Amino acid sequence: MPKITYIEHNGKNHTIEVANGLSVMEGAVQNNIPGIDADCGGSMACATCHVYVKEDWFNKLPKKEDGEEDMLDMAFEPKKNSRLSCQIMVSDELDGLEVNLPEKQV
Amino acid sequence: MIKTDALIIGAGPTGLFTAHQLKLIGLDCIIVDNLDKIGGQCIELYPDKPIYDIPAIPECTGEELTNNLINKLKPFNIKFHLSERVDEVKKNNSNWEVKTNKGSKFSTPNVIIAGGVGSFEPRKFPVKECEKFENKSILYSVKDKTIFKGKTVTIFGGGDSALDWAIELSKNSNVNLIHRRDEFRGAQHSVDKVHELSKNGKINLFTKFQLKMVNGKDKLESIEIESEDKEIKKLETNYILGFFGLIMQLGPIAEWGLNIDKKTVAVDTEKFETNQKGIYAVGDICTYPGKLKLILSGFHEGALAARACFKLARPNEKYRFEFTTSSKTIKNRLGVKE
Repeated sequence: MPKITYIEHNGKNHTIEVANGLSVMEGAVQNNIPGIDADCGGSMACATCHVYVKEDWFNKLPKKEDGEEDMLDMAFEPKKNSRLSCQIMVSDELDGLEVNLPEKQV
Repeated sequence: MIKTDALIIGAGPTGLFTAHQLKLIGLDCIIVDNLDKIGGQCIELYPDKPIYDIPAIPECTGEELTNNLINKLKPFNIKFHLSERVDEVKKNNSNWEVKTNKGSKFSTPNVIIAGGVGSFEPRKFPVKECEKFENKSILYSVKDKTIFKGKTVTIFGGGDSALDWAIELSKNSNVNLIHRRDEFRGAQHSVDKVHELSKNGKINLFTKFQLKMVNGKDKLESIEIESEDKEIKKLETNYILGFFGLIMQLGPIAEWGLNIDKKTVAVDTEKFETNQKGIYAVGDICTYPGKLKLILSGFHEGALAARACFKLARPNEKYRFEFTTSSKTIKNRLGVKE
């Protein structure tokens, strides 16, 4: 299974195996990773599963839909490399993906 | 103090359907919601998005679902307290005393929490220094636009609220509009209007900038905004308006002595009652083994919670199960003529 690394704002690392087809958000929620709220449950309606993706990985991910960029307007401290983790689907190509979590989600 | 058989917190689909169930079995109810309109997440988050898994409805939008549920309640006279947040729920003998942030008070044997993920609150600026100016010169909604006359107002956001207020306030104020990217998600004609006003010097437009710092001792004096490339600009301003949409906060519900885990309230699956007798939780906010966060689950949970309410609201009567197809009593309540 692909390994995904979640890095909390305080630097704490969590590397976990996430099954193909789950979203990066679901991987975090199912494994109790702190720092991902996912209030709306993955319907791209709340911007509380916001993550930063390192540049090399960011460019490899499928592009954002308009709706995601709109929601990122609302996110806490959005940056160029911001994504909503509910919109990143785990696959073998994402093995080794690292995402940084913002200081908070709201 | 208003007395009612059941008080429902939350006017989303689950709260509305639960109200219908209560009225069918002859109980009265009041609905309180922190939003200024009926519909909860359906109306606030996805009014235009189609939903495909409502039983017997092939497809409908969040707004259509809400309107249908409101229409269902037409035969009944249900009082809504909108723009009110329930702040306090306290036991008084066999009743619960409920207080809202607007000072409304209710006494009821049954409180049904149909609160989704909590109450909607405006999303605020991440800059900590903003707190001391909040509600004075840093605002997240406009109550009285006359205060901005002749002043400099700096508006943040890329949606319709930000654009509409930038256009409106540009008539009588000096307006800065700041957004984190070039594209706006508001209506196209508003976007065009803003660009036109910007060209004519009526709006100072800064895109790809975000708030970095606010300055001022007692009064807000200026702000610093920073671009993606770390360019910093200093702007003098009297007011800041932030329009970053709404977030959901569990809020005061956390203080009512309920079993809460990860923003959800634990209930049994017979009555959907919490660990407090007479307080129920239904819809997205409740949790139990196998819980699905679907609207249809909320409907089922509300129907069962409504039956449980009957016992506490009518302790001397026996509840009798009836079908709407055949019960005269229910048809009378619905005002259906035979």
